Amino acid sequence: MNLHEYQAKELFREAGMAVNPGEVAGDPGQARALCERFGGSAVIKAQVHSGGRGKAGGVKLAHSPEEAAAHASAILGMEINGLVVGEVLVCPIEDIATEAYVGVLVDREGQCPVFMVSAEGGVDIEEVAATNPEAIHRMRVDPRYGLLSHQAYGLAASLYDDPGLVRQAARIISQLYEVFVGNGASMAEINPLISTAQGRVMAIDAKMSIDDNELFRRPAVAALRDTGSEDSADTRARDAGLSFVKLDGNVGCCVNGAGLAMATMDLVKYYGGEPANFLDIGGSSNPDKVVAALEIITSDPEVKVILFNIFGGITRCDDVARGIVEAVNRIGIDVPLVIRLTGTNEELAREILAEAGLTAVATMDEVVGQAVRLAR
Amino acid sequence: MSIFVDGTNRVVVQGITGRDGSFHTRQMMGYGTRVVAGVTPGKGGLDFEGPGGTAVPVFDTVAEAVAETGADASVVYVPPAFAASAIMEAADAGVGFIVCVTEGIPVLDMVRAHALARDRGSRVLGPNCPGIICPGKTTMGIIPGRMVTPGPVGLISRSGTLTYEAVYHLTRGGLGQTTCVGIGGDPLIGTSFVDCLAAFAEDPDTEAVVMIGEIGGTAEQEAAAWASANLDVPVVGFIAGRTAPPGKRMGHAGAIISGSAGTAAEKTRAFEENGIRVARRPVEIAGLVAESLR
Repeated sequence: MNLHEYQAKELFREAGMAVNPGEVAGDPGQARALCERFGGSAVIKAQVHSGGRGKAGGVKLAHSPEEAAAHASAILGMEINGLVVGEVLVCPIEDIATEAYVGVLVDREGQCPVFMVSAEGGVDIEEVAATNPEAIHRMRVDPRYGLLSHQAYGLAASLYDDPGLVRQAARIISQLYEVFVGNGASMAEINPLISTAQGRVMAIDAKMSIDDNELFRRPAVAALRDTGSEDSADTRARDAGLSFVKLDGNVGCCVNGAGLAMATMDLVKYYGGEPANFLDIGGSSNPDKVVAALEIITSDPEVKVILFNIFGGITRCDDVARGIVEAVNRIGIDVPLVIRLTGTNEELAREILAEAGLTAVATMDEVVGQAVRLAR
Repeated sequence: MSIFVDGTNRVVVQGITGRDGSFHTRQMMGYGTRVVAGVTPGKGGLDFEGPGGTAVPVFDTVAEAVAETGADASVVYVPPAFAASAIMEAADAGVGFIVCVTEGIPVLDMVRAHALARDRGSRVLGPNCPGIICPGKTTMGIIPGRMVTPGPVGLISRSGTLTYEAVYHLTRGGLGQTTCVGIGGDPLIGTSFVDCLAAFAEDPDTEAVVMIGEIGGTAEQEAAAWASANLDVPVVGFIAGRTAPPGKRMGHAGAIISGSAGTAAEKTRAFEENGIRVARRPVEIAGLVAESLR
């Protein structure tokens, strides 16, 4: 789950970190008032779960309250990578001397948190990593000891020469690690970490992702989810316990298991079709899940056909067949359904489907081929 | 032969009295796995009823189970909130091979659990994995026994049902397996493709290996390079997620493309550059294996 900049900054401030001031505005009038309060100039930043906000015109400098209102009015409602901006963050303009990058994330290879810092901040760090990898300093954190103070100091010293700046940055790096671990994050990033002409170091941007598996035990963090900025299908899928990702095609897919679900999408493409979604109904055969899955898939007007690909291992095919029949009776489906069921209790499943006037095929290639033909 | 387990293991089931734990314990015992103990805190002293009237003693802690029964391997069917702790308990009790089926464990919990297991010298398989099956000998986890048959193919996969799909075609094509290993769909897993390849390299009965990978991370690239340098038997690959968009988690917590290295195209390229033939469809896997064995 991604946090907005203002939410991440709030967690940073709770840890005592030096962060630039700022408040959220939902309309141009609020932006004007905030700009006035910050002395007549401000930066207006779109709050949206997407990178490249600046390039998309979602970050603007205002040199008067009127300009702040005008920028807010332009940015609010703007679409950035398909996401509509609902709020802007209004911050005073800082006197920036240098811009650095500080990030921490979970390193898959090392199986531990890893810090990445660079004196070349304020730009896309993936670009720095690709073009000038020596500019990035990496350090793995031993989970048995956490981030030790000399390590934080060492990271900070790779960013600044001035001892005063190094001390401030070391403190911020330690605080970032606390926020990262304390909120179950998978990534926390400050880009840029600035030093001002007056010799202060502070975070003026913030980005954080929370590990979805942590949310059950962190209600305060879970409450930060911005359901308004996500597709309603995503919200419904999450509530039903389904893994769902919307795509652009017209072949609806309902599969058990994530790997098989991806392979099914790939096979749709192989046969010349376009998948409408990724959907893993999981190992459970609960009919309610099947109903929820069908409701979500059919809410997409592009969907021309729905394919089921079920490999019954632990999942019993007869349970899934009952779920499909129940779903069809309960909600009514007006696009064709094509079904593949193989494995545990498949004969019984075929009987259940046949009674409801539905048929199933035995292989993945057959069902996908059928679905792609019907979608044309 | 088989890798990691061989049918002589004495298995303790953590979470044996739960819904999944009890069901799969009976399945495993029915297949011939020697389940010698169960652990559920607070239920020590009970007997778990296995198939055919057999009884498995239940203990409060893994340490007790190990002391009383000599258990040397464990399967964890414990809910996500407590699963990392269960892995650490098993490692601390000296259990050398720990299979964790649980999906949804917080990643930072697994950072600690993997570190502790490494310190104790225990191998963790998973988490978020279907387990391991040595056809005709033993199974630990949830892979259905009737899908597999003994033979010369070693199989390694990040996915559960996609493993079944591949094994189904192998078995139907008359290609049995030495061992099928599900390494898990999480970003941090205890046993990698390379660990499995290294074990298969030592197994004289394994004449070909199937690697089923997916988007996210770079484990497939490392495995391909390792296989090319160290493995004498042919490898056939499959990568799921060619149509997955970047930045979206595709069900498995580890199946997310960040940057260019995690894409299916990049992994396929790494496979092919290292002499691994890549099936475009799951159904092609068995045919490629048959050709490579000729």
